Amino acid sequence: MSEGINQSDQPVAREGDAPDLFSKFDPLIKQRADLLASGIEDPFSLVMERVLSPTQAICNGRETILLGTYNYMGMTFDPDVVESGKQALADFGSGTTGSRVLNGTYQGHRECEDALKEFYGMDHAMVFSTGYQANLGIISTIAGKGDYVVLDIDSHASIWDGCALGNAEIVPFKHNDIEAMEKRLKRIPEGAGKLVVLEGVYSMLGDIAPLKEMIAIAKRHGAMVLVDEAHSMGFIGENGRGVAEDQGVMDDVDFIIGTFSKSVGTVGGFCVSNHPKFEIMRLVCRPYVFTASLPPSVVATAATSIRKLMHNADKRAHLWENSRKLHKGLKERGFTLGTDVPQSAIVAVIMPDLERGAAMWEALLTEGLYVNLARPPATPANMTLLRCSLCAEHTSEQVDTILGMFERAGKAIGII
Amino acid sequence: MDRVDIDTRIRSLIEPFNKKGVEISDSTTFATDLEFDSLTVMDFVAAIEDEFDIIISMNQQAEIENYGQLVDAVCKLQND
Repeated sequence: MSEGINQSDQPVAREGDAPDLFSKFDPLIKQRADLLASGIEDPFSLVMERVLSPTQAICNGRETILLGTYNYMGMTFDPDVVESGKQALADFGSGTTGSRVLNGTYQGHRECEDALKEFYGMDHAMVFSTGYQANLGIISTIAGKGDYVVLDIDSHASIWDGCALGNAEIVPFKHNDIEAMEKRLKRIPEGAGKLVVLEGVYSMLGDIAPLKEMIAIAKRHGAMVLVDEAHSMGFIGENGRGVAEDQGVMDDVDFIIGTFSKSVGTVGGFCVSNHPKFEIMRLVCRPYVFTASLPPSVVATAATSIRKLMHNADKRAHLWENSRKLHKGLKERGFTLGTDVPQSAIVAVIMPDLERGAAMWEALLTEGLYVNLARPPATPANMTLLRCSLCAEHTSEQVDTILGMFERAGKAIGII
Repeated sequence: MDRVDIDTRIRSLIEPFNKKGVEISDSTTFATDLEFDSLTVMDFVAAIEDEFDIIISMNQQAEIENYGQLVDAVCKLQND
């Protein structure tokens, strides 16, 4: 027996700090180390030790109000939703272990797609394993070589990655700039396929898009239109279908992309459409085909939640009240906000820089409030943001408490 | 429009973006020499697109690293 066999693998000893494939991350590693060295808690590795309700959790042993979870309609603890998940788990098991096009389509996936078709009043619905994959799959599949994708520069990472995965020509325009969009559409060579990609609510600043104007222009130039309504589903528009519904242009949208991880309260993504050939997507869309489908419990909770969201006018009204109250209160206290008026359930508080943003984030956490710290490159114009997302289950008293916390933290850090 | 005309027009377009007054030659790079970030690139590209009534897609932008390559690309797009 050779000696080598008895020896376990030895880690390769690195001499010094020779450059390798990780060297490109050095500036970020340094920035992060510097920030943590100043004694600030890492804003990107918080652990929710227990979750008490859609609006409260225990973090670092402390009861914390949740104001950064996108749990807009507070469906995560809805008794009907939870019960349907339990039932599906018992009846269908913990997972499908298969692709939607092989063994991964259960009764529950069909029922979930039926619920979506009804919710949006559309002919086709396709459920993906995440919202990210829905954008990735649809955009990369429908816009092929020689086609053009015209998109807002502030689009979500999943939209950009969908562009990167496909072979189309990618043409961005300045955020929400109708004229810039039109100019680009005009210049696209005749005969080329065109896809305009917009979002209902842009999640960083919580502002909405002028969909009515933009979609009219897109249609005039013969483009197909995809709208990501991830941050509007469930509470914007008369039936909670989103900004396109609110602005009366649902019929001109070719594809709506959405997610289950916000108002619906679980995980998953979808695309709904009236296109007569839409079903072929199930065979040609790789992020749909080459991944396992959602577990039965997840699609069951999603379907139950979607059906309940159709009849939620009171909760929608309360969520809007919360958003207006928080926006007004923060403005009165001297904070700089992402929008002049509340346009969605997201209120973004603009921080002067990353250091003070992180300090403010930590001060709020110590107060017992969780918000999102958003930083470049996820943010527009290299801004550092404290992003607040409200929930229909936040009480009016909780919003008062939140405003008090912001005031104390803002004064302690010297932002107001 | 010949290369010299296009070069002259791009030179005047680049001025407001050339904050440090870097001397521009064909080998001047946008990322390193001019320190353009992604937002500056978007505004600068939009200015060129409007001036020449062309589209420079992100796919094409990825191939353009220095000033000379930009002028060549605009010449080509103008003549297409």
